[in-house]
Amino acid sequence: MSSISLQSRLPRTYRIKEIVQETEMVRTYIFDGSLGAKPGQFLMCWMPGVDEKPFSVAFDDGSETKITFFAVGPMSEALAKAKVGDLVGLRGPFGTCYEWDAGDHIVLVAGGYGAAPMFFVASEAVKHGCTLEAIVGARGKEHLLYLKELESLKHVSLHVSTDDGSVGHKGYNTEVLDMLLEAAADPDAKDPPIDKVFACGPEMMLKSVLTVSEKHGVPSQLSLERYMKCGFGICGNCAVDSSGARLCIDGPVVKAEECKKISEFGKYHRDDLGKKHEF
Amino acid sequence: MNLSQKILGITFENPTVLASGILGITSSTWKDVAKNGAGAITTKSLWIKEHIGHPNPTIIETEHWMLNAVGVPDAGPEKAQEEIGDFMKKQPVPLIANIIAESIEDYADIAVKIAPLGPNAFEVNISCPNIADEFGRPFACSAPDAAAVTKAVKAVSGDIPIFIKLSPNVENIGEIAKACQAEGADGFTCINTVGPGMAIDLRSRMPILANKVGGMSGPAIKPIAVKCIADVYAATEGQCPIIGTGGVYTGEDALELMLAGASLIGIGSAVSRRGPEVFSKVCEEMQYWCTNEGIDNISDMVGGMHKELSSRT
Repeated sequence: MSSISLQSRLPRTYRIKEIVQETEMVRTYIFDGSLGAKPGQFLMCWMPGVDEKPFSVAFDDGSETKITFFAVGPMSEALAKAKVGDLVGLRGPFGTCYEWDAGDHIVLVAGGYGAAPMFFVASEAVKHGCTLEAIVGARGKEHLLYLKELESLKHVSLHVSTDDGSVGHKGYNTEVLDMLLEAAADPDAKDPPIDKVFACGPEMMLKSVLTVSEKHGVPSQLSLERYMKCGFGICGNCAVDSSGARLCIDGPVVKAEECKKISEFGKYHRDDLGKKHEF
Repeated sequence: MNLSQKILGITFENPTVLASGILGITSSTWKDVAKNGAGAITTKSLWIKEHIGHPNPTIIETEHWMLNAVGVPDAGPEKAQEEIGDFMKKQPVPLIANIIAESIEDYADIAVKIAPLGPNAFEVNISCPNIADEFGRPFACSAPDAAAVTKAVKAVSGDIPIFIKLSPNVENIGEIAKACQAEGADGFTCINTVGPGMAIDLRSRMPILANKVGGMSGPAIKPIAVKCIADVYAATEGQCPIIGTGGVYTGEDALELMLAGASLIGIGSAVSRRGPEVFSKVCEEMQYWCTNEGIDNISDMVGGMHKELSSRT
């Protein structure tokens, strides 16, 4: 029988305890209680009477759960209108998580609101003696997320990139990744070599992370996003070509070698009808 | 111990069939399910034109039951042609194309569109319980309606056998099966989901499914499936092969449905607990039980209860 507990397949409503307005379009909701989520896993969040969508877990420390989301579609826009005390249904956690070994030197690559789960990774990995390079990228300064939180963690070095150059490196976060991996490969480098690269963000960014990490011979783990319905591997909506892997079970966090078996990676994704859309 | 059977001219290496609506969207998934041991694949229901499903939540589950109101989404025949076309190139197992429509004419039209792709059989879905708000009472709930759909599909399906997927939510399923048989139904799929049912969230006081109600499946419906299969087998005098579907999680569940009259066994909800490997696991369990009982051919189980009952009268 599957390792997912059955209770997680029925949503339970929780009251929003606290709201943090991160940027103009991005909010964090904090709920009392833990669902036992690990970094990289996702929850199905239900707005009664509206819709239910998957959200990465931004934090779960065993006593409270956080989600950070960008108000981009009808569901998240409705969610963004919620107030403290309003009810949101949570179901999960589902899927795979990022995996590290104690003492690893890890690069985190976060694009847009991918910064939230990357912060969750960092806050857990430092407990296992890991050191981290966190690269947070966004279109511009006003869209950067979780900088303060990442900066506050010991053993985490923060790197910032913006497309418009308003702060940090002007250009993509994957360019910073390339530079970091290049520097770490130098035999005279003072920092230990990089053991793993973790990434969460738009798929074209992930594609570049995979290529850059491979070039330097560093294994990567990438968080892929697909349309989800059930979350527990039965509806088939998140199954990818050509492996047929179900990303709610075999993902969302996929290791580089598995990712390369996904022929649609970086090319297209399917909607709720199963119709293909190119990236 | 032999699990294979030849039914309506089609060779099935084992009796397990991926039930419609589960993992059935793409050729990649069908191939993966076949690799996991399914004896045949049923597609998700195919419409003559694009059909939008219900918003989420669409599928919820507890240990006893699953409720779904996915709302039969489909991108239309172009996607079906692409996916079925890809699967048929190196077809690993028989493919059953499940078709659905809102009118009798559309059932014939979608069958005409799909037939050239060469599916081994059609499964005609006349019994979805979660689109009644859109289309009214399912065709499967009236003998004349069910018969009319059968007649229309049979008129255009040529050599491709048709299974009519029946609803348990009727007074007399046997009578409906008989009416379809009279119009040329080759076989039946028993049963579609039960109910519909409803689940309510306590704090918000709202129904959890966006569609409010959804078809019930899972372990709890097996006795209903067994009864419906037995009724259809008896009403059609064992002349129409039955794909028995409903609450099958183990090999023993499958064998029970076979004794009621099923030749093939649809597996759906069990994928969520036992993974796509459920097909090979159920086969192993059937084989183990039959071998211990000295049964050489799985076909010996089909309708066994009816034979036993009549031997005692």
